[in-house]
Amino acid sequence: MEYVNPLTGFRVDGRRPNEMRQLKGEIGVVAKADGSALFEMGNTRVIAAVYGPREVQNKGQQVNSKEALVRCEYRMAEFSTGDRRRKPKGDRRSTEISLVIRQTMEASILTHLMPRSQIDIFVQVLQADGGTRSACINAATLALADAGIPMRDIVTSCSAGYLCSIPLLDLNYIEDSAGGPDVTVGILAKMDKVTLLQMDAKLPMDTFENVMELAIEGCKAIANYIREVLLENTKQLECQRG
Amino acid sequence: MLQSKTFVKKTKAGRVQKVVREHYLRDDIPCGAASCSACAAVEHPLAADAAAILVVDTNVVLHQIDLLENPAIEDVVLLSVVLDEVKNKNLSVFNRIKALCSNKARRFFVFTNEHHRDTYIKEMVGEGPNDRNDRAIRVATRWYQSHLGDNVKVLLITNDRDNKRKAIEEGINADTVESYVRSLAQPGLLDLVAVSTSGDVAMEDVEDLRPSKRKVIYSEHKPMSEITSGLRCGIYHQGKLRVNRYNPFEAYVGSESIGDEIVIHGRSNMNRAFDGDIVAVELLPQDQWHESKSFIADDDEDYAEEDVHLAPNSADDAPRNTNHTQSTVASSAAAVSSRPVGRVVGIIKRNWNSYCGSLEPMPMPAGSGGIAHALFVSKDRRIPKIRIQTRQLGNLLDKRIIVAVDLWDVLSRYPSGHYVRTIGDIGDKDTETEVVLIENDINTRPFSTQVLACLPPLPWTLSPEDLANRNRQDLRHVRVFSVDPPGCRDIDDALHCTPLPNGNFEVGVHIADVTNFVHPGTPLDEEATQRGTSVYLVGQRIDMLPKPLTEDVCSLRADVERLAFSVVWEMTPHADIISTRYTKSVIKSCAAMSYVEAQARMDDSRMVDPLTVDLRNLNSLAKIMRHRRCERGALTLASAEVKFEIDSETHDPLDIGIYQIREANQMIEEFMLAANISVAEKILKHFPLCSLLRFLNQLSGLAQKLEFEPNSSFGRPTFSESVDSRQCLQIVRLVAINRD
Repeated sequence: MEYVNPLTGFRVDGRRPNEMRQLKGEIGVVAKADGSALFEMGNTRVIAAVYGPREVQNKGQQVNSKEALVRCEYRMAEFSTGDRRRKPKGDRRSTEISLVIRQTMEASILTHLMPRSQIDIFVQVLQADGGTRSACINAATLALADAGIPMRDIVTSCSAGYLCSIPLLDLNYIEDSAGGPDVTVGILAKMDKVTLLQMDAKLPMDTFENVMELAIEGCKAIANYIREVLLENTKQLECQRG
Repeated sequence: MLQSKTFVKKTKAGRVQKVVREHYLRDDIPCGAASCSACAAVEHPLAADAAAILVVDTNVVLHQIDLLENPAIEDVVLLSVVLDEVKNKNLSVFNRIKALCSNKARRFFVFTNEHHRDTYIKEMVGEGPNDRNDRAIRVATRWYQSHLGDNVKVLLITNDRDNKRKAIEEGINADTVESYVRSLAQPGLLDLVAVSTSGDVAMEDVEDLRPSKRKVIYSEHKPMSEITSGLRCGIYHQGKLRVNRYNPFEAYVGSESIGDEIVIHGRSNMNRAFDGDIVAVELLPQDQWHESKSFIADDDEDYAEEDVHLAPNSADDAPRNTNHTQSTVASSAAAVSSRPVGRVVGIIKRNWNSYCGSLEPMPMPAGSGGIAHALFVSKDRRIPKIRIQTRQLGNLLDKRIIVAVDLWDVLSRYPSGHYVRTIGDIGDKDTETEVVLIENDINTRPFSTQVLACLPPLPWTLSPEDLANRNRQDLRHVRVFSVDPPGCRDIDDALHCTPLPNGNFEVGVHIADVTNFVHPGTPLDEEATQRGTSVYLVGQRIDMLPKPLTEDVCSLRADVERLAFSVVWEMTPHADIISTRYTKSVIKSCAAMSYVEAQARMDDSRMVDPLTVDLRNLNSLAKIMRHRRCERGALTLASAEVKFEIDSETHDPLDIGIYQIREANQMIEEFMLAANISVAEKILKHFPLCSLLRFLNQLSGLAQKLEFEPNSSFGRPTFSESVDSRQCLQIVRLVAINRD
């Protein structure tokens, strides 16, 4: 199948290879949580809620009492994909993604400022259309910021693939299931540091660099957008206070 | 810049599923016209001074692709909706139109109307997908007209009457293919216009002219739904129709459901199916299962006669029915065959192509605006005659031409087609050569630049890396020589034979190491895979690999260092193989001889130079090996080769003779065989599961059919002895060589 039309250079959904899907971020969607956010990348829609920092509930889990314990739970809603299938809580895929998100977020949270405490991040995929992992990280960043948890930098994530010999930014479900490589990158936007890099296929070194470069560009664009959303949110808070 | 629009689509992936996909609409898609300043520039734009910018609809692309490929048609806008439809309907046409669009020399532009903000439309309630697409084409055409302003004429080309009417109502310039081509005033072009199907405009006129004369000749094909249900409950049988090469009125359909071939007699039973079509067949009642007899030859002449004097517009007038064949059969229906006989009820997949041939001789018709109807006779006898319309009859009568088939309706005896291009004069050597090449589907195009880029830098010389390779043995000091037909440029094998101190011989066969230059997966490799073989014609060779490779780098010529793959045996003087080794090597041939030359050296008893001695040694070994091989029951399948005597100046073949086989030929053959056997053993030893070795098992089955000794297995002396009568040997030969 042609994922990029060779005659026009457009992808199946009308994007150019280096274009992202439409982004949407919203803060404060779960009132009960300390911080929450909704993040959309095209048809992928993710909700994140953050509780904490709070007292460690299960002392046994605490490894280092000088640093905060970060926990993360990723779940896909049963209605998130077209076919209705029961998704067990502890399946391999979601366990893995939970771990990935936890590690990525932990890298930017200033855990040493919150000893003997715990931060819970819950991310739930409402609608899946490829790139859920990236969307979850972006949503978690917004939610953490909303919760006022001190962070080194904004973590953003974006994926890129390589189909029809062209690097493609932000794969949707059709492109994702094409079987090509899918490089997910997470960066600390201002510090320009990579905190997450995943790929589950083989790719020649020079192509890989191009694909990764593209994904990093995407991350930076998302970081700009997230900053805007946060700024907007802060302005609103300011207005409310008068 | 991005606008998102989600639409809902149903696909069936086993079950009905709702699929939601994003569909981005954009405002930055260029229109591709050179005269437009608002849009971003494109690589090869539509001409600024174009008389008209053409927008074509799907059916025009599907049916008039030959016309579009003509350089007279330029400045065409192809909408993405059209391309998508073409792709779904006919992949080969899609590939041709794709090639046109990416051809920098042509001004064809693809406009992504489905993603443009102003030209995207949603399907309306009660509107089918076809109507929606037609509307999309009209909307895009109107957008083009308003976008480019009044100084450029945008013309919608459609053969669909309804679409044209609606377009004109909406204020769009619209025209049919035929009237547009007519307006170009190039009479040759009109021949390329395919005959339009009955629902369209052009055919209407024809029908009106002579409504009374139409007569149904063939039975109507069954609708697809009936065929599928018939296939399911076993009334019909599906298979590929193969027309008898020697008798175009007989065809076979290999059917899996019956497990036997169904025979189809006569054109009316074939019911407009072509060779290669996938058809649905209905079996005839068993009492009609005749063996076909001698009704073929005279029948063919009948056909020829009845259509010579064609009046214009009456190509299918002759009312005689093809059932004629049936009556002949009935008279000789004594022998009732055991093979099932059937008739075609429907065609599941057409295998229409373009065909090479010539027009049937006919007098020039008077009047009717120079339009003549002619019958085209294909070189391939399996293809029926094809009716074409032409305005250049005088030009075409003595030419070889290519014709494409467009349709075959029940009312006409012959299919209708259109002229595609002229190859040349009948009887001309180049023309006929090209016809042979086209008929056999041989790619004669020069190698593309991508392919040539894979060649090693020329002039090629042995590099130190090759020598340093530990897997490559340096055999340059060995006295290697080659023996080939005179004038051979691509020397791919060479030999050596060195006496060892212990009285044995070291014999080596060296094959040019092509794999060193052709790496898997490269364009060069893919091109060679497609070509499959070099084709040798009398005065011409069509290469599988580019010439620098075959004639220089991989040719084991004399006195140059070349890379090779070698099999080296140690043999006793009685030709018993003591040891075998296989290696990559570097060789330097000391002589490239012809068979005649080698033979002369061996025969001349005065010559005692080392090379001649080597030759003699090899020859004596080869004789023993040959004798031994024949003892073991080898079957000699080589048929007589012919050689041509060629005029040295005109390069025309003058005479044809049997190629003389000398001892030297047999000697080379013997060692090549021995090398093959050794390599096959090696492959089989290391890759027992996936080694592809030729296996002539079907010969034993055949032997049984021919009533040879039933248990004689191939390879035992009994078999080749029993294949003694010339006729049987001929059959065995055909089966062994031509099994496909």
